[in-house]
Amino acid sequence: MFESSLKQIGDALRAKKISSVELTQSYLDRMAQLNPRLNAYITLNPELSLAQAKAADARLAAGTAEPLTGIPIAQKDIFCAKGWLTTCGSKMLHNFVSPYDAHIISQFNTAGAVNLGKTNMDEFAMGSSNETSHYGAVKNPWDTTRVPGGSSGGTASAVAARLCAAATGTDTGGSIRQPAALCGISGLKPTYGVCSRYGMIAFASSLDQAGPMGRSAEDLALMMNVMAGFDERDSTSLQRDREDYTRDLNKPLNGLRIGLPKEFFAAGMGSDVAKAIEAAIAEYKKLGATIVDISLPNSKLSVPVYYVLAPAEASSNLSRFDGVRYGYRAPEYGDLTDMYEQSRAQGFGAEVKRRIMIGTYVLSHGYYDAYYIQAQKIRRLIAQDFVEAFKQCDVIMGPTSPSTAFKLGEKGDDPVQMYLSDIYTIAVNLAGLPGMSIPCGFGDNNMPVGLQIIGNYFDEARMLNVAHQYQLATDWHSRAPQGI
Amino acid sequence: MSLSTQDVEKVARLARLAMTGEEIETARTQLNGIFNLIAEMQAVDTDGVAPMSHSQNLTQRLRLDTVTEANQREAFQAIAPQVEAGLYLVPKVIE
Repeated sequence: MFESSLKQIGDALRAKKISSVELTQSYLDRMAQLNPRLNAYITLNPELSLAQAKAADARLAAGTAEPLTGIPIAQKDIFCAKGWLTTCGSKMLHNFVSPYDAHIISQFNTAGAVNLGKTNMDEFAMGSSNETSHYGAVKNPWDTTRVPGGSSGGTASAVAARLCAAATGTDTGGSIRQPAALCGISGLKPTYGVCSRYGMIAFASSLDQAGPMGRSAEDLALMMNVMAGFDERDSTSLQRDREDYTRDLNKPLNGLRIGLPKEFFAAGMGSDVAKAIEAAIAEYKKLGATIVDISLPNSKLSVPVYYVLAPAEASSNLSRFDGVRYGYRAPEYGDLTDMYEQSRAQGFGAEVKRRIMIGTYVLSHGYYDAYYIQAQKIRRLIAQDFVEAFKQCDVIMGPTSPSTAFKLGEKGDDPVQMYLSDIYTIAVNLAGLPGMSIPCGFGDNNMPVGLQIIGNYFDEARMLNVAHQYQLATDWHSRAPQGI
Repeated sequence: MSLSTQDVEKVARLARLAMTGEEIETARTQLNGIFNLIAEMQAVDTDGVAPMSHSQNLTQRLRLDTVTEANQREAFQAIAPQVEAGLYLVPKVIE
């Protein structure tokens, strides 16, 4: 059952071959055995999980089950879930039991899915290796001396190690796609505004977007059917008709035009990654696609632009953590300002403080135009590059990450080196476009390589089709790490 | 551009982050490295380009001015560091 697709699990549940309680318990048993080695989860709550499984079994018996009813899904610990400890990977929220559900959580609850646990993540989603978590680094199940990527590293590790059927992530600069690539799984960041941000702890609000992570494009499509949708409680949620994201999965790819941006194939990409990406492109040609050479001339500016805009928004969003209404308060302090300063100094980790300081600086008097406004202008240039590119092609492909998973601790002392590991993913967030990563082979040290697929606005169904057809022709997505 | 110790101290103060002298110096080195990366964008000609904050050119939605949330003071205050008689306690602000 651990290797089954969401559709197969759903069929087995509806056919009463297994109950949701049995299935949930078997995952909990597997987690008890393997999670200590991977640290993929921050919080397990078997009582709550099994209660949901029991309710799902009642729905299955009553014949009112939906496609995900009874299926154990893990939730990134950035989503507030009522009654669940919700830490966002931070000491600041070490005792925060959420009094309410995020929109995404209530969507899964309505669908009858089982919340299997809260997955580990970089603190406040700030990181590319999952090493900034207050709750310890997550290990990559393909090689436990390596990082799983970040910030949705716990989710990626859990999906790859079969410690959940599928899971959620969030992506501000690559936090779904990069860990998906490094752990050999599939992940989709939808168009900005497709999934509600309500109850998803904010990092950079103009970039943050939730999305599914799983073992196949078909699984992601079923997850998207639950996650996507308008929510009036998120002011940037888009009012659109509901879509069936599985609708195009089986379309042939004849005539598909794939754009290859020359900037993504320039210096900087590892030769092992390049080899796997080239093989994937060759496979797409066999499936009937044609290749178009394109250019995204401003994409090289995406890292500097991102490291102005994201910290600026983060410094504002994280000002809410003041030790007054919830979260960590320092044990000793003098006056009110000292209470703020001590609580924040002790509650936040080093990377979060770094980004708050960058953001505070670029928004401060005299620097706002030179940094924040200039970055927002270049953001438009980056987005326009994609508009031009999509006049010539249907999807854009390239590497998700310049290298396979690096060693734990390898980039720990140099924030700039860490930031550059998101060089291919960030432009997509700045433009608000949908992007995904699917496994396409293995590089040096037998570590997975991810192929990035970027689509035009609202083209998720087509991207899932493009990924699914590749997964019908290849078996990279069904490879599992051995001997964890 | 290079940040001085005083610049970093000021930013830490604005951000309400208590920092020791040693932490300020570490932060200064790292922030200068990051600002070297950011400096790349200063040379770009952006005359006449409108700043972009959202990809879909949306206008903010409005809603009716009605109460939509139930009062959950007890649930919310159950997770607060210090409360008394329904109030959040902080150090004395006004002498």
